[in-house]
Amino acid sequence: MAKKIDETQVRRVAKLARLDLTDDEVARFSTQLSAILGYVEKLNELDTDSVEPLAHCLPMHNVFREDVITESLDTELALRNAPQHFESFFKVPKILDEDSGA
Amino acid sequence: MSELEYKIVVGLEIHVHLATRTKMFCGCELVYGGEANSRVCPVCIGMPGVLPVMNKQAYEFALLTALALNCKISDFTKWDRKSYYYPDLPKNYQISQYDLPLAEAGYIEIPLETGQTKKIRIIRVHLEEDAGKNTHTLGNFSAVDLNRAGTPLLEIVTEPDMNSPAEVRALAVELQRIVRYLGVSNADMQKGHMRFEPNINLQITKAGTEYKTPIVEVKNLNSFRAVEKSVAFEVRRQLDEFAETGRTMASGNKSTRGWDDENEVTVLQREKEEAHDYRYFPDPDLVPVEMTDEWLTRIKSRLCELPIEMQKRFITEYSLSDYDAGVLTAERKTAEFFDAAVKAGADAKRVCNLLTQTGMKLANEAGCNVADLGISAENLAKLAKMAGAGDISATASATIFEEMAKTKKAPDVIAAELNLLQKSDAGELESVVDEVLAANPDAVADAASGGKKTKKARGFLLGRVMQKTKGQANPKVVSQILDKKLS
Amino acid sequence: MADELLNLTCKQLRDKITAGTVTSVTAVEAVFAQIEALDDKVGAYISTYKDRALEAAQTIDRKIATGKSTGPLAGVPVAIKDNMCTDFGETTCGSKILENFQAPYNAHVIEKLRAADAVLIGKTNLDEFAMGSSTENSALKQTLNPWDLGSVPGGSSGGSAAAVAARMCFAALGSDTGGSIRQPAGFCGVVGLKPTYGRVSRFGLVAYGSSLDQIGPVTGNVTDAALMMNVIAGHDKRDSTSVSNDMAPVCNYLEKLNEDVKGLKIAIVPEFNAGADQNVQNALTSALDVYKNLGAQIIEVKMPHLDYAIAAYYLIATAEASSNLARYDGVHYGHRTENPADYVEVYSKSRAEGFGAEVKRRITLGTYALSSGYYDAYYLKALKVRNLIRTDFTKTFKEADCIIMPTSPTTAFKLGEKIEDPLQMYLADIYTIAANLAGLPAISIPCGLDKANLPIGLQILSPAFTEKKLLRIARMFEGKTDYHNKKPVFQL
Ligand SMILES: [Zn+2]
Repeated sequence: MAKKIDETQVRRVAKLARLDLTDDEVARFSTQLSAILGYVEKLNELDTDSVEPLAHCLPMHNVFREDVITESLDTELALRNAPQHFESFFKVPKILDEDSGA
Repeated sequence: MSELEYKIVVGLEIHVHLATRTKMFCGCELVYGGEANSRVCPVCIGMPGVLPVMNKQAYEFALLTALALNCKISDFTKWDRKSYYYPDLPKNYQISQYDLPLAEAGYIEIPLETGQTKKIRIIRVHLEEDAGKNTHTLGNFSAVDLNRAGTPLLEIVTEPDMNSPAEVRALAVELQRIVRYLGVSNADMQKGHMRFEPNINLQITKAGTEYKTPIVEVKNLNSFRAVEKSVAFEVRRQLDEFAETGRTMASGNKSTRGWDDENEVTVLQREKEEAHDYRYFPDPDLVPVEMTDEWLTRIKSRLCELPIEMQKRFITEYSLSDYDAGVLTAERKTAEFFDAAVKAGADAKRVCNLLTQTGMKLANEAGCNVADLGISAENLAKLAKMAGAGDISATASATIFEEMAKTKKAPDVIAAELNLLQKSDAGELESVVDEVLAANPDAVADAASGGKKTKKARGFLLGRVMQKTKGQANPKVVSQILDKKLS
Repeated sequence: MADELLNLTCKQLRDKITAGTVTSVTAVEAVFAQIEALDDKVGAYISTYKDRALEAAQTIDRKIATGKSTGPLAGVPVAIKDNMCTDFGETTCGSKILENFQAPYNAHVIEKLRAADAVLIGKTNLDEFAMGSSTENSALKQTLNPWDLGSVPGGSSGGSAAAVAARMCFAALGSDTGGSIRQPAGFCGVVGLKPTYGRVSRFGLVAYGSSLDQIGPVTGNVTDAALMMNVIAGHDKRDSTSVSNDMAPVCNYLEKLNEDVKGLKIAIVPEFNAGADQNVQNALTSALDVYKNLGAQIIEVKMPHLDYAIAAYYLIATAEASSNLARYDGVHYGHRTENPADYVEVYSKSRAEGFGAEVKRRITLGTYALSSGYYDAYYLKALKVRNLIRTDFTKTFKEADCIIMPTSPTTAFKLGEKIEDPLQMYLADIYTIAANLAGLPAISIPCGLDKANLPIGLQILSPAFTEKKLLRIARMFEGKTDYHNKKPVFQL
């Protein structure tokens, strides 16, 4: 039987998730996730055509804050965990603009 | 190349920074510039475990704009996460609104060069957070500043209803005028408060058949000039490309181009619209927004008269020219200042001239709006009335305007102090006229001759009277006396 | 003497400390003596803060000595699961990617504990990013079950449960996304409460599945769970999903705690419970007898959608997780790969190196469930089934005050037993997951030992925001039984 999620699909998804998986991981995940997705199929036993999706358990809405300034972090604290920084910038290898998703 | 018949089709996506004090989902102050990463907190850095909370003012600014754009406000909206990885996007997802934007189906009325207006339909208006800024000045490295990350960003998407570069520009300008009128954005182009992304293609008719060129999206334009020029460039480029390749619109062949401001050309960024998979899903950290009638009524009460409506009113009610009305309504303060002076009883054209000829020059020098020169609308009206009644000369009214701005005194007080009031006392002026007539018999003869020399001689006599009164005689009254004496 | 001290409840210890008969410093020293004796074996803690704790204890002792008022946890040594941010030390989430992360802020619950004068002694081990049911997924260390060092402590709050069971603290905080408080509490013979979603602020809790995550107490007994709830429950404006005090007023969970609930109606779902192993089923039957003897009425109900909870859960939780964990990328904080070829590799390699297998697996599954073409079939379908599950509960709670079921189908399993088969591991969460999907409060209390002398957990679920009643129902059982007093015997 064909796998629910084959290795090509695992690679595609891993790329979306920015995970550099090893060949071994790809193979393993394909098998394991296929088993899980096979199990998940049981959801299709249920007719949900007239059921609303439930993203939030709480019947809450309109939670706002007032437009009031709170203190920002000291720049030093903001950068404390940065793997690399230049002056007060976070530093990363050169970014190519065209790759922006926005 | 033979001339092709074609129609330009442009839709716009516009991003507007809202002028709230704080960011969309955290309390960091919004300040333009400043030291990198000096206005950041765990929320806008996307640190572990911290949570977003909606800025009410930002939401209400968005509603206000949507109402001004004649949109239908949704009863229910929610927040979605849009996933993509980029260093200026600290959570690697942007909080946005996907399938349920806060408003839909509106329109914006834009003024055309012909003096007419045109309605451009709005597809949707939604709110999201802006990303930070990447700069590329470190050689092999880039530097990331998150001060801008989390700025409330209003996205407005129009239908492809614009058919010329000028219309696209007009929409951009009109939108800037609207958001400034509403006070929801400073809309300062230089600071990137407004960014435009036109989607451009052509409908070409060739030998009776209609062809559509592939759509091009030009990214991130931040000046009116760039908006207009990039569309104009694309029109030429797409015409050339069509002539060369005959390529037409097909699914997946929308491309993305950037604008090279120096060379005034668009530059290809992405050939095919990559199948971006943003994996939108409802943000579990935020709850939905439900609109109530009471809330909507409150927001509606904050709406003001829109610039285009004011402009039209100034033309019809005050008989101003389209140009003058446009100048006066460019900014809400100016328009309201003008309107108040006219409503205080002054002649519209005269107030308009005072403002456009003297006031705006002064305001420019002072670096403020003409309404902020310290002159009240009442005093402006009074000045216009004095000029209208001939109590002061045109030169004097400019002088008085300047003095009003300087001293904050009323125009009649200044006119008296500076001795700028014109004499209108007929009895007094009559004796001066008599003196002048007696001293210039030749001119009197010419003036009475009814021949070619009449006009010149009358002007000469009027000038003598003005000279004798040191310019303080009301020329209208003098003219009347001369008429009487010479007839 | 030390044993006697360590066997006090939080409430008893607090009372002694405030009365001046025991000092907080003594309690902290006793706890650290226990940690030094046992934790090399048990491995409950990722980090401990002895100096800090002693200093805090001294401050509280001084307060008491000078007659100043103190909080409800005055001087009591408490542990925190290491996915709650503290402005001291590291907040690792049991992950290499955050191994050195120092949060410049405290989680809401940390502020609450401090305000209550609790003494924070250390941060406990967990499955990486709380993803797991055995704590074997921690990238930093292994935690063993104090009752049997060859078995898992459960997870993901395995460190917290093991620490409480081994008396290496008086109480701990855990977090529960699909059973991560209740299941390890059950496996370690202690009490674990998952409050109603929104009852305790998630601010500063490192997110796994945001619509499911909830912080709650792990304690030695029901009274201490109530005491802890008094401290941590309540509105927080930094969490938009934290309920307002208007919607659900906070209450004193200790008040009337020892009063039986009159006319108690308990629902059970026999078909669902039949999946548990025999030891567990027997313990459940005896537990129901205890309630019957207390005058409770047992009602058999059907909840047809409970069977689908695991499937729905592993799509929703992983989808949310795939997005929540996107921020760990080596750009602004956390592990960054050495010598990336370009900035894209900063992402893909840092994440590949920083995350363990289970986290990668769940991110992959969740990304898949949200990806174009699969969203409707997986994620959206799961949200709809979630609604059906909630409806099952709504119906049942029209007839009954609570539902009782096992916490887990088995007692603690052996180390390594399920780690190679993720699906089998997921299936072990069958009883705990539904409460998270429906946002309901649920508690696990000890209700017996199996033949191997491993604890069995009894789970009680109740309607949203009825923690007070839930605790009273749990206390009724505890009052008639002695299981909570059983302690693991160490063969070191
Ligand atoms: Zn911030």
